[in-house]
Amino acid sequence: MSGDPILSVDRLAMRFGGIVAVNDLSFDAERRKITALIGPNGAGKTTVFNCITGFYKPTSGAMRLTHDDGHAIQLQRLNDFRIAKLARVARTFQNIRLFPGMTALENLMVAQHNALMRASGLTFLGLIGAPSWRKAEQAAIDLSRTWLDRIGLLDRADDAAGNLPYGDQRRLEIARAMCTRPALLCLDEPAAGLNARESAALSELLLSIRSEQGTSILLIEHDMSVVMEISDHVVVMDYGVKIAEGTPRHIRDDPKVIAAYLGADEEEAIAVMESGT
Amino acid sequence: MDGRVSAPPAVQTSRAPGAAFILKKALISAFVALVLFSLMIGVRTEAGPQGQLVYWTRFDDLAIMVAAVFGGSILVELLRQWWGPVDTIRVVPPSVQTALAVARRGIAPVLLVFTFLVPVLFYDERYILDLAILVLTYVMLGWGLNVVVGLAGLLDLGYVAFYAVGAYSYALLATNFGLSFWVCLPLAGILAAFWGVLLGFPVLRLRGDYLAIVTLAFGEIIRLVIINWQTLTGGPNGVTGIPRPTLFGIPLTPADDGLAALLGIEFSPTHRIVFLFYIILALALLTNWVTIRLRRLPLGRAWEALREDEVACRALGINTTTTKLTAFATGALFGGLAGAFFATRQGFISPESFTFHESALVLAIVVLGGMGSQLGVALAALAMIGGFELFRGLDQYRMLVFGMAMVLLMIWRPRGLIGHRAPTVFLKHSQAISSDLVKEGHG
Repeated sequence: MSGDPILSVDRLAMRFGGIVAVNDLSFDAERRKITALIGPNGAGKTTVFNCITGFYKPTSGAMRLTHDDGHAIQLQRLNDFRIAKLARVARTFQNIRLFPGMTALENLMVAQHNALMRASGLTFLGLIGAPSWRKAEQAAIDLSRTWLDRIGLLDRADDAAGNLPYGDQRRLEIARAMCTRPALLCLDEPAAGLNARESAALSELLLSIRSEQGTSILLIEHDMSVVMEISDHVVVMDYGVKIAEGTPRHIRDDPKVIAAYLGADEEEAIAVMESGT
Repeated sequence: MDGRVSAPPAVQTSRAPGAAFILKKALISAFVALVLFSLMIGVRTEAGPQGQLVYWTRFDDLAIMVAAVFGGSILVELLRQWWGPVDTIRVVPPSVQTALAVARRGIAPVLLVFTFLVPVLFYDERYILDLAILVLTYVMLGWGLNVVVGLAGLLDLGYVAFYAVGAYSYALLATNFGLSFWVCLPLAGILAAFWGVLLGFPVLRLRGDYLAIVTLAFGEIIRLVIINWQTLTGGPNGVTGIPRPTLFGIPLTPADDGLAALLGIEFSPTHRIVFLFYIILALALLTNWVTIRLRRLPLGRAWEALREDEVACRALGINTTTTKLTAFATGALFGGLAGAFFATRQGFISPESFTFHESALVLAIVVLGGMGSQLGVALAALAMIGGFELFRGLDQYRMLVFGMAMVLLMIWRPRGLIGHRAPTVFLKHSQAISSDLVKEGHG
């Protein structure tokens, strides 16, 4: 595939003992584009995500992330928090992982930890209340306010995250990931559990993130209406391997994709075929 | 019909279980009592005149106890049915609740002013001054441990180790090298923080129960090393002749160059006690100030985020290793400072002062106060140390009353005296977060 990929996954494999979760997977995610990773349950999508975001160490293969300035990072060589910190890959989780006992605003402030830590002079400048720290803190609050406004939660900024309705928590988790100023945003089933109206709002939010922030997005999704509406590129997985990739229109008519979904879940196959028609 | 369906009174139906339920519950309670008391009360053992075992049975006492439990269980169950479910509205009327809310806001400043005035109010009562110093020492220890347990959610059962490191640091530096208290104080803190980091490294991967056990072992290791390293620490004999703190180099003694002589007033040993009181008050307030500041800084917020969800922290690029280590180091630092103060106050320290009992007491203060709450920890220290003294007149029943008070408190306030969390930053208004949402940490 030509173009300017932000992320190139090259022959990625992940084995757990004798189980092959991902096998020889290669795909590219284009810069400032939305790439969707779809497939039936158990196809290995979340495993790919966990490899990209450093929660698993892949058995073999390479994942190269290229920043806007041309600086390339081999993700498989970084571990743990460093992928988020150095490679600026942010992620959300299939089952929401907010800090429930902290307010919505605090959640977004925690996301700016590394920038604020630098500004607070590793805490010492902050402890004495240096003016440079106060300015940085105000800037962080302003950024949080902007994001709360964009996800429509400005009024609930001071409420505990655990008290927010489910759909709001989903959007807050995306905003929290965006507050780390990521180059690549990885979303694991962002539309899961949302109603039709909330899904539409989510699609709008993701499109605006792509166009306004210029953030590249990689998402796993089961909601085909969301996938077909916003994706620029779709990668289909089944049993740990890639079975197809292309534009949403191209994927919808691919007999292999339909077969994979038919084999797994009839309803999903129908959803794939009917959406967009 | 207006078409509306009136909801059935749910409370009524869920209550009032039958006599069979009450009887069954009472029987189970009686059986448990029988098993528990059969050896404790049923059989009495004593050493005979030749050292042999003498024992006799007291089955009548046992029967009385079991019957009391059986009857008590029925009585409690009947009372519960008559009273209905226990909730705050029924127990405390709303008017009192609003009054309490107002009082709660004022309690911290009032306590602070009162604490400052304690030496003035109780100048002639040495006992109260000593007790106040003791309470403040535990307030400081509680606040220090609160950083580790309350904020970062890391269960530390060996906190006394840092207290011991601080105390021995000052004692040994002062007796061997003649360094003054004010030079040794920061050194003791730094050494304790260093040991905090050393402890932190091996336990980084551990969680929950495992973390608790390793920290417990660490506390014991420090104590055993102190006992056995006789050439350095004096072993079980401890360190004696630890110098008292001076006021900018002026000793508080009856000597000619003492403070009393310089000021031209009559010497009184109370001067030194009051001086010590203000030292520990300043140290405790320093701990409080630093902790409150840290909570509003990215480091403190990362501690709390770590307690809430460690995986999410890593996904946001937070280095959980250094974050945990700084929590251990900060907690240990304050423990070390308190230890140095303890050494200078006592003038003599031995390993006996640093047993697991101290760790458990400080942890109880933190848990009782409400994890993470500064005011709660201070109130709990006052209740645990001061309250314990209050019950002194009850002699042998003191522990019993105290234990019962703790059980009742844990029933009514399972998340501690101050169970809610205050946000560290807000846009419009700060609202307390219910303890139901706040995680306790998983190690």
